[in-house]
Amino acid sequence: MTSPAPIAEPLQMPKPDPAAVPALSIDGVSHAYGPRRALIDVSFGVRPASFTALLGLNGAGKSTLFSLITRLFGIQSGRVGIFGHDVSRTPGEALRLLGVVFQPRTLDLDLSLTQNLLYHAALHGIIRREAAARSAELLARIGLADRARSKVRDLSGGQMRRLEIARALLHRPRLLLLDEPTVGLDVKARADIISHVRQLVTEQGIGVLWATHLFDEITTGDDLVVLHQGKVLAQGPMGRVISEAGAQDVNTAFMRLTGAQMMAGGGA
Amino acid sequence: MSSITTHDAPRGFSAREYMTCLTGIVWREGLRFLHQRERFVSALVRPLVWLFIFAAGFRQVLGISIIPPYETYILYEVFIAPGLMAMIQLFNGMQSSLSMVYDREMGNMRTLLVSPLPRGFLLFCKLLAGTAVSLLQVYAFLIIAWFWDITPPLSGYLTVLPALILSGLMLGSLGMLISSGIKQLENFAGVMNFVIFPMFFASSALYPLWRVQEGSPYLYYVCEANPFTHAVELIRFALYRQINWISLAVVGACTIVFMIGAIFAYDPSRGLARRGPAGGEG
Repeated sequence: MTSPAPIAEPLQMPKPDPAAVPALSIDGVSHAYGPRRALIDVSFGVRPASFTALLGLNGAGKSTLFSLITRLFGIQSGRVGIFGHDVSRTPGEALRLLGVVFQPRTLDLDLSLTQNLLYHAALHGIIRREAAARSAELLARIGLADRARSKVRDLSGGQMRRLEIARALLHRPRLLLLDEPTVGLDVKARADIISHVRQLVTEQGIGVLWATHLFDEITTGDDLVVLHQGKVLAQGPMGRVISEAGAQDVNTAFMRLTGAQMMAGGGA
Repeated sequence: MSSITTHDAPRGFSAREYMTCLTGIVWREGLRFLHQRERFVSALVRPLVWLFIFAAGFRQVLGISIIPPYETYILYEVFIAPGLMAMIQLFNGMQSSLSMVYDREMGNMRTLLVSPLPRGFLLFCKLLAGTAVSLLQVYAFLIIAWFWDITPPLSGYLTVLPALILSGLMLGSLGMLISSGIKQLENFAGVMNFVIFPMFFASSALYPLWRVQEGSPYLYYVCEANPFTHAVELIRFALYRQINWISLAVVGACTIVFMIGAIFAYDPSRGLARRGPAGGEG
């Protein structure tokens, strides 16, 4: 874990190699709701074209972190950067590169699929003709082209999620955040969504931050960030996190990490 | 962790992008309005009940002398029509505020607020969209009222438009300001009791202020200080092709104050930020 970044650090770095700029960088972020501390000195990064799983139980602080990255809440301390753009200082540039799928559904149920997509495109300043073309293309890709004019209300849970992912991709972001996107879906819909998002990483080079508490959604080769009670307990490639925890699999590693933390917290 | 370095130079947003965003938000609000027929019907029925029943009953009780902008004796129905127009906008503004609380609970507000365009601009678009919806309601009311002998000069229908836009913005931004302080949907009943009713009754919507002054000088001052009174008077004069400068100044100033307050309240580092997570915890 790193210490909080100094606030007045000069930004005179040598011109960076584009690949070296992290898709997402969280530097010493803390957040409190009154006396309750939801995040404590959280630091980690998401590389471009990588799948990073943010692993934590309910109440670990995942949604708070997402609200900070998407600027729904102001950042109390620390810094959040999206491809180098500071979310607090240049939110427009940062949010332009960001697509997000929130945990609660955020679609207009009474509007059609296309209308939902066009509205989102307008919010990003994408002109109508371009927006219509992209919407049609994305709907075809998620297999809902024939439902374009149906009301969202008539879709299944899995279809709504796919639509939300398509919507998050409309403005062609380079970083995609998904907050427990498979909660409440059946096995098939879950598998579809996971493979779709993994395809985005490999084929389009999108950096993905996937918040979850379901261990079976993570595979070898993913980056892992373990968040527990507002603190990052471990981070790095999945294999390394597991071996450093002295475990055989993610499940055991997670239990050891969080259990150890609870004991340390109790003894200190 | 590497420090934050800039990858691309900020390119800002073009006027075209702003316009696309604005029309998109107004378009969506319009679509939602069309899908909520009950909302349209109740928005129309409310003032019509006042017009058809209340005004008919009170016609004999309240004598109206000739006061500007009217040039002749008028029926009580004619007098309260501008007040009812403002009432439509008052309800619409508060209902938009309700929908913002609802949106926030349902997460639609999140979709709006993660747009990369400046947040103040997004909220302004939302206000304009709400005002546009209120204009549809007001003109629908005026068409029906015309058959009830409320017949302002034809050009008055045009001159009242800017007044309606301004009063719609004022009442909408007041609603938005209030919505930023409401945590839950149920509190809308409180808004009805503590905002809508006092504003409506302590105004010149139902009775001329000189009448109020005869009854209670204190209430008269309250009415004079009520921004809603000035919204009503602004509309009343504009409907008869005149400008009430004092009302214009009051409504204009209140719009600016409420709007700045609302934008301030929705600033991520203030207002909303003090609350807990809006969606699921964890």
